[in-house]
Amino acid sequence: MKSATKKFVPVVTAVCLVGVVVLAFCLAGCPPKPQPTPPGPVPGAPTPAKPAPSGEPVKIGAIFSVTGPASPLGDPEKKTVELLVDQINENGGVLGRPLEVIVKDDKSEPTETVLATKDLIEGEEVVAVIGPSRTPTTMAIKDYCQEQEVPLVSCAAGKLITDPVVSYVFAVPQTNALAVQACFDYLDREGIDKVGFIYVANSYGEDGYNNAKAIAAEQGVELVAVETFGGEDTDMTAQLTKIKAANPEAIICWGTNPGPAIVCKNAQTLGIEVPILQSHGVANMKFIELAGDAANGIQLPAGRLIVYDQIAADDPQKEVLDKFAADYKAKYGNPPNTFAGHAYDALWITVKALEQAGEADRAKLRDAIEKTEGFVGTAGIFNYSPEDHNGLTADAFAWVEIVDGAWKLTE
Amino acid sequence: MSLVDQLLQYLLTGISVGLVYGLVGLGITIIFNATGIINFAQGEFVMLGGMIAVALVSIGLPLWTAVVLAVVAVMVVALLLERLAIRPLRGASVITLIIATIGASLVLQGGAKLIWGPEAVKLPAFSGETPIRIGGGGINPQRLWVMGVAALGVVGVQLFFKYTLIGKAMRACAINQAAARLAGISAAHMVRLSFAMSAVLAALGGVVLTPVALMQYSQGTHYTLTGFLAAVVGGLGSGLGAVLGGVMLGIVESLSAGFISSGYSKAIALVVALIVLWWRPEGLVRRRRP
Repeated sequence: MKSATKKFVPVVTAVCLVGVVVLAFCLAGCPPKPQPTPPGPVPGAPTPAKPAPSGEPVKIGAIFSVTGPASPLGDPEKKTVELLVDQINENGGVLGRPLEVIVKDDKSEPTETVLATKDLIEGEEVVAVIGPSRTPTTMAIKDYCQEQEVPLVSCAAGKLITDPVVSYVFAVPQTNALAVQACFDYLDREGIDKVGFIYVANSYGEDGYNNAKAIAAEQGVELVAVETFGGEDTDMTAQLTKIKAANPEAIICWGTNPGPAIVCKNAQTLGIEVPILQSHGVANMKFIELAGDAANGIQLPAGRLIVYDQIAADDPQKEVLDKFAADYKAKYGNPPNTFAGHAYDALWITVKALEQAGEADRAKLRDAIEKTEGFVGTAGIFNYSPEDHNGLTADAFAWVEIVDGAWKLTE
Repeated sequence: MSLVDQLLQYLLTGISVGLVYGLVGLGITIIFNATGIINFAQGEFVMLGGMIAVALVSIGLPLWTAVVLAVVAVMVVALLLERLAIRPLRGASVITLIIATIGASLVLQGGAKLIWGPEAVKLPAFSGETPIRIGGGGINPQRLWVMGVAALGVVGVQLFFKYTLIGKAMRACAINQAAARLAGISAAHMVRLSFAMSAVLAALGGVVLTPVALMQYSQGTHYTLTGFLAAVVGGLGSGLGAVLGGVMLGIVESLSAGFISSGYSKAIALVVALIVLWWRPEGLVRRRRP
């Protein structure tokens, strides 16, 4: 027995060493080094329609959570920017000059975000910053960008980013407030005035609940039961039992994966038959995969990007969504998700405003971004103003139902 | 739903969630008895069980093969952990060893994230998802699997310790290592066996849970903490106590979420645990001290 164990030891050690080496390679290979996009058109490329951009490149900084827990957001955002920069440069660049977007990875960490921002603003002297992907990382640099007077167009949805408004900070995603409004519009259409509310106990869920509380009071809807669950919780049956006992006519759930998927499964087990509404936070295929059969029948407000192939031909966003989805799919093989759309909106708003400003000047660019009017993006139609740095209305949401494991536009 | 229906539902939920706490607690107890350390990587075994099973199913293996292989794989990981992190520290203080298990849990968590990414995954249900109606509520058939596997694991471990020679040898080691060694029992083997057993229990729990509760790289910590609490409330060192402690915590959580507030249910469970420990510092089940 003893000798057998001894023989075993070198084998185990060898296996482990190999494992460690492989792991080390993975680690070394993983963080994608931020690569400056090559400026200007490739020599010898087919003659573009517009004159080729020339001169010093216009530099924009981008910060996304390319790695870390928020990589499902940051990775498609980075890909989108790379796609768009190529397109923009093939079509004459910006201000007649090549566009250069320097993408930095914040590793989903606020500290890394601050370092990356300082590097972009003080080192690279970018004219504006787009991103970061999430609210905590955006909040970490909000004050800094304001102090430095560098326009920041965030891809994160937190209310704190644009409320209260500070002059240099903008955001592109639809907010919780708009999503809650869209849900209550649905309740209104269906004549429902008794609702159960269940939300994840973090800033996203609480923001949703606070908005719901306010709108419910305005609209005369009664929240008959309000329950919470933890982000790591694996069973919400008790909460749903309590909600079911309160006899609501619909249930609204506010959270991001995986909690809401478990809520749907538990509700199915309990035999809850009233409509279940989810937030735009689950408008991704992962949710459908996790909730499986229990996802069917769920309704939610979602950006039109996930149902781009179903929206009416005369929808003002149709052309933009079709082109973006087709281009993205052609380059990366899968359709863009909502977050890719946020990067699209942030970059295009900045580029269009640069053209409006007429020169790569931070203050003039800021003024031009604030004057953005009727910009058709993926999240909706943007109208910024000195009081509104989010620029969207509840129309930015389409009402979507999950049917047979796929999104279905219901309007 | 009538009050009785609700109560029934809360109890069912509490027991099914609590048995999982108990299963992890039992694993912690087994290692504690053999080595005197608290294995803070126990919850990672649950997570790995689920994650590996999902990975194996996704490459096309049949569900049952994947389940068995996942459990075996986690057992191998546990043995490696023992060999690489615990055995080299022979003679170190217990606290050093506990810190080593915390380190191991971070490595396993990070590794799982590198391999499977940050998002949650799921496994197909073992016997369909048609809920079984009970009163005004119901239960997912997978939850019956969870309860069944947990109960079998608990009973099996008790029988093993009581009636098999190796089980008795492990108990002897737990009571007095030096004396056990004099009787010809290899303490090192018993330690390895304890890691293997507790990993199998945890992995089984993880595999049966994944279809209904989903699995994510970060979920191990949650299971470690709840399992540890279950083991402490039950009386650290007693397997039966860990399971009772787990079920008690599950029921308290579920009832307080139902009748008081879901926001405070975890806090209430902790307060009840503190009260139990204040009332019986030795835990629910008194362990006969040698």
